[in-house]
Amino acid sequence: MSMDKSDIRSHTISVLVDNEAGVLARVIGLFSGRGYNIESLTVAEVDPRTKLSRITVVTSGTPMVIEQIKAQLSRLVPVHKVRDLTLDGPSVARELALVKVAGTGERRVEALRIADIFRARAVDSTNESFVFEIVGATDKLDAFIQLMEPLGLTDVSRTGVVAIARGPHPL
Amino acid sequence: MSEQQFNGAEVVLKALVDQGVEVIFGYPGGAVLPLYDEIFKQNHIRHILVRHEQAALHAAEGYARSTGKVGVVLVTSGPGATNAVTGLLDALCDSVPLVCLTGQVPTHLIGNDAFQEADTTGITRPCTKHNYLVKDSGKLADVIHEAFYVASNGRPGPVVIDLPKDILVSKAPYNPPNRLGHKTYRPQTKAEPRAIEAMAELIASAKKPLFYIGGGVVNSGPKACADLTAFIRALGAPCTQTLMGLGAFPGSDRQSIGMVGMHGTFEANWSMHQCDVMICVGARFDDRVTGRINAFAPNSKKIHVDIDPSSINKNVAVDVAVVGDIGSVMEDLAALWKARGYKLDQGALSGWWKQIETWRAKDCLRYDQASSVIKPQHAIKRLYELTKHRETYITTEVGQHQMWAAQFYKFEQPNRWMTSGGLGTMGYGLPAAMGVQIAHPDALVIDIAGEASIQMNIQELSTLSQYRLPVKLFILNNQYMGMVRQWQELLHGSRYSESYSDSLPDFVKLADAYNAVGFVIEKADDLDSTIQAMIDCPKAVIVDCRVDSKENCFPMIPSGAAHNEMLLGPGEKAVGPVSEDGMVLV
Repeated sequence: MSMDKSDIRSHTISVLVDNEAGVLARVIGLFSGRGYNIESLTVAEVDPRTKLSRITVVTSGTPMVIEQIKAQLSRLVPVHKVRDLTLDGPSVARELALVKVAGTGERRVEALRIADIFRARAVDSTNESFVFEIVGATDKLDAFIQLMEPLGLTDVSRTGVVAIARGPHPL
Repeated sequence: MSEQQFNGAEVVLKALVDQGVEVIFGYPGGAVLPLYDEIFKQNHIRHILVRHEQAALHAAEGYARSTGKVGVVLVTSGPGATNAVTGLLDALCDSVPLVCLTGQVPTHLIGNDAFQEADTTGITRPCTKHNYLVKDSGKLADVIHEAFYVASNGRPGPVVIDLPKDILVSKAPYNPPNRLGHKTYRPQTKAEPRAIEAMAELIASAKKPLFYIGGGVVNSGPKACADLTAFIRALGAPCTQTLMGLGAFPGSDRQSIGMVGMHGTFEANWSMHQCDVMICVGARFDDRVTGRINAFAPNSKKIHVDIDPSSINKNVAVDVAVVGDIGSVMEDLAALWKARGYKLDQGALSGWWKQIETWRAKDCLRYDQASSVIKPQHAIKRLYELTKHRETYITTEVGQHQMWAAQFYKFEQPNRWMTSGGLGTMGYGLPAAMGVQIAHPDALVIDIAGEASIQMNIQELSTLSQYRLPVKLFILNNQYMGMVRQWQELLHGSRYSESYSDSLPDFVKLADAYNAVGFVIEKADDLDSTIQAMIDCPKAVIVDCRVDSKENCFPMIPSGAAHNEMLLGPGEKAVGPVSEDGMVLV
């Protein structure tokens, strides 16, 4: 088996589960108990009628580890479906961040200017601060936050990645 | 939903009866009193009162593994549930189907640190195949039926149902089992035809085939074992078994080359190292089996048949994966093999056997019974010779005696051998033997034990007495935690830190105190007569068999070594000192 570090790759996995007590603990416990990595994890109910929740987890590992993660997820009883969006054709992934920047004068103007370039929206404002809402791929958010750093970045809240396959078909 | 309402405890009992449950192993407490009240009022299900909750789990495991049925346990909340944890994990590691009902404080007190409250579903989540907390009495019956389905389908395992006390007393409807199956958990039992084809083609191409079979074959049932055995016999290929797989293929068959792994036979491990096609059936490439993973069977193509897809490519990457139930896979494989007229290369096969016979000729299990001091291997060999023609079930504790039992007791049938494999739980054997004896009242049930392990659930002697269970405890008493002592000798400069069994009880007096019969064997010449007396005794028996205290378990693959670096005996030195990587391995 291959333990080559260069084989390690990030994968976005969608998991459809029954929205019942403890289901998230099962998934998280599986990752921590088996030493798998969680880079990002999001969960919300997506179908109130069938009480299904969708978990999007970004993880990384060798192909053998990723295969193992999917097999382990699939055998959890409340799990309906497991799809590897990274392997199963094209997909789109988005993340939302709320970014608080405090400052006055030229720094404040510069923050607004960059926000405009990134199509971030100010959702809260005081005389000495903004809260920006920004949506996009993870690396876009990373870049925006990095640029805000010298301009008075004080707080960040991110949703983690949600993703969906392109094309007409459901999960 | 049916109109009629029952109290929750009644619903539980009705569901258990409908699931065919005959025996519950349990221990009462405040949170489960309504259930015990219902048990009192009925005559369908027998309750076996253990003396510690852990023993209830192991007893249920022994019951399940010797019958193929689901074992059922009932314990109270808090300490009742936490005491059950070891047994739950033991059953998870060894894929034993159990349903464990745990009491819980009433729903309105959950989270309040109430008396005897534990977060049972939280604690047992990684120790069970699945668990439930029933908060709605309307769902009670369905949850119980689902628990039995989950425990026994796919790769079997333990399921916990946590039952708050208010649920047990409130009114609830009863629904009978729904046979339509589960909405999400539907394990694949029939393998893909393409996988069967690939498997057949690879086997047919083999020059040096080896079947490596495990506990999954036993779990698949006696017919799967018989079908696999028939296939292997028709092929004429060698077959090695894991600790859990003993009995899935007849141990005395010439084609059986014994157990594989750390204390497996020389011929099995060398065959594994040298084979060109390995057919793994219902085993999981456990670290006890593979030895150093990057030197594992380096020149082989591997086929893996398992009902659990997560077992495949976990430790070892395989060439052909066959997901399905072994019984179904063997039927499909045998049919295809016949239809296509496949044959093994007979010339190559006889050359392979010639090679295997040279390994077998090393006689790796030899021991020297020269003086009157009893060699533990000899004790088990005599026990085997004197019991093999009977309906005998063997359980073990964990340690040297367990490995010697696996090496020297040959099993011709599945479900006759109960041991704690994956978790290695000391204290397993006595309660497991209780469960076996309950299921097979007229059989000879022997717990091959060590003097250290047996003390971990020794309180169950009282249970044996209460239910007049004629279980035989055959203790190989070497006055050491033998496997610990062996590793200290090999790896820690013979510094026997805390591994001496000091202040042992007088086992004969102990037997007497619990209304059992005790014997001591001190000389090799007395083995046969005392073993016979043990067999003939209608009561529970403790045999304190004093054996050579310094004997080590060989052959052995040292930690971090490969199959072809196996040590045959104390005279042989390892190829090199155990590596730093090896030292950290268990």
